[in-house]
Amino acid sequence: MKFDDEPLVPGHPLPIRPGHYSPGRLERVLRAGAFAVTAEIAPPDSADPNEVYERASLFDGYVDAINATDGSGANCHMSSVGMCALLTRRGYAMVLQVSARDRNRIAIQGDVLGAAAMGVYNILCLTGDGVDVGDHPEAKPVFDVDCMSMLGMVRGMRDDGQFLSGRKLTSPPNVFLGAAANPFAPPLDYRPLRLAKKVAAGAQFVQTQYCFDMDLFRNYMAAVRDAGTHEKVFILAGVGPLASARSAEWIRSNVPGIHIPDAVIQRLKGADNEKEEGVRICVEMINELREIEGVDGVHIMAFRQEHRVGEIVERSGVLDGREPWRPKHDWEELAPSDDEVARS
Amino acid sequence: MYRMRSWSVRNARWLKRAYEGFETVLVWLSPLLRRIGYERLDKPFAAVEKMTKGVLLDSQNCGQCIVGFTGLSCPMNCPKKLRNGPCGGVRADGSCEVKPEMKCVWVLAWEGNKRFRENGYPIQTVQPAVDNRLVGKSAWLRAVRLRAGVDGSAMHEV
Repeated sequence: MKFDDEPLVPGHPLPIRPGHYSPGRLERVLRAGAFAVTAEIAPPDSADPNEVYERASLFDGYVDAINATDGSGANCHMSSVGMCALLTRRGYAMVLQVSARDRNRIAIQGDVLGAAAMGVYNILCLTGDGVDVGDHPEAKPVFDVDCMSMLGMVRGMRDDGQFLSGRKLTSPPNVFLGAAANPFAPPLDYRPLRLAKKVAAGAQFVQTQYCFDMDLFRNYMAAVRDAGTHEKVFILAGVGPLASARSAEWIRSNVPGIHIPDAVIQRLKGADNEKEEGVRICVEMINELREIEGVDGVHIMAFRQEHRVGEIVERSGVLDGREPWRPKHDWEELAPSDDEVARS
Repeated sequence: MYRMRSWSVRNARWLKRAYEGFETVLVWLSPLLRRIGYERLDKPFAAVEKMTKGVLLDSQNCGQCIVGFTGLSCPMNCPKKLRNGPCGGVRADGSCEVKPEMKCVWVLAWEGNKRFRENGYPIQTVQPAVDNRLVGKSAWLRAVRLRAGVDGSAMHEV
């Protein structure tokens, strides 16, 4: 999807249209009423920028924005700010994930300004997984703010032009504010209200946890619609391909907050090729989610199967012939090629 | 006293009413409290609070109590110190992601909220981040000062 006022330099801000909050592409796509597609990039355990570029290029032409995770699962990887800094320079629309687990309010507000200055126009405020599930269980969990107070804090920076302390900013961060939602964790009857609370705190879009249980999700969305919350927030449903029945069982018992019904696992077990079946289930789910009133897009989290995101998007037909922005493949010119390195 | 914690949530309605009555008495006494000096009273008050709320709620003494919004479930018992509702990691049986042996503080908070039987749910009020300077101080005296006003002028309807 190209806009007629695309900047000449990739990554430069688009003009902020009336009623919009950010100069970013994701808000444009959602407010234009298109069914948005976002994906999660796997952060490398590396200091090599080319690994980030390669991983992002898997999504070229298939997604409207890319989420840069912030130590997801409490495991250490390249920072979300670092990945965003690299990718916004190529013009990618990034969603900066900010977890309350690792940084206090001073660090978070500084990162928000820094990220916005680098061309990050979407910020997703998260509580974050506990340190106990990650690779550094001995670390100090910070949790100085929670996702809700973080939303309010960043909204205050944007709308009131001030830090939490009240000190004025000379130029506010124009960011589209996001949050996560898990419709599948107890207390189930509170989850729709929790979404409404996040909207009240400042969330303009939400990306949900993996949807594998359509009945549960439909009930959730019915309650969300009854409260009218779906008219105040863009809802992107989380999806992803399961690699096998075994990995689904492992995820279910080891990754916090992911609910996978037995029927899905049985279906994977019964398939000749479990991996292909996982992709097929994902494609089917995208098409089911699309039909649910109030769902404005999908968020694809293809952990360790990022190379299949393009195929999933294509097979689901979810873009309806629309072509998301993609960078020109000139990055080889910017980074020295192997030959050039060998010559120098 | 984990068992007391659940008992308090089950009895959230009358316990909240009882506290509100107590707070009103304190507000009424605020001219006297002010004359003695809030600073001087803070330590003994905090000690009493620690005892009573410690036993009843497993209170962690953040000094800015919001259990009136959380169904009498002290949010500071949440390992992530969440003050605005449950995270996405709550286990299927309602237990905590980080401490599976404990019921999620926010599952209890939602139960307590339903027991309040008030118009709307207090849990929906967005709470600001903790002021770490107040940790360990008396939340009761703070509430009284907020209600009575610093100069003791009438703000009783708050």
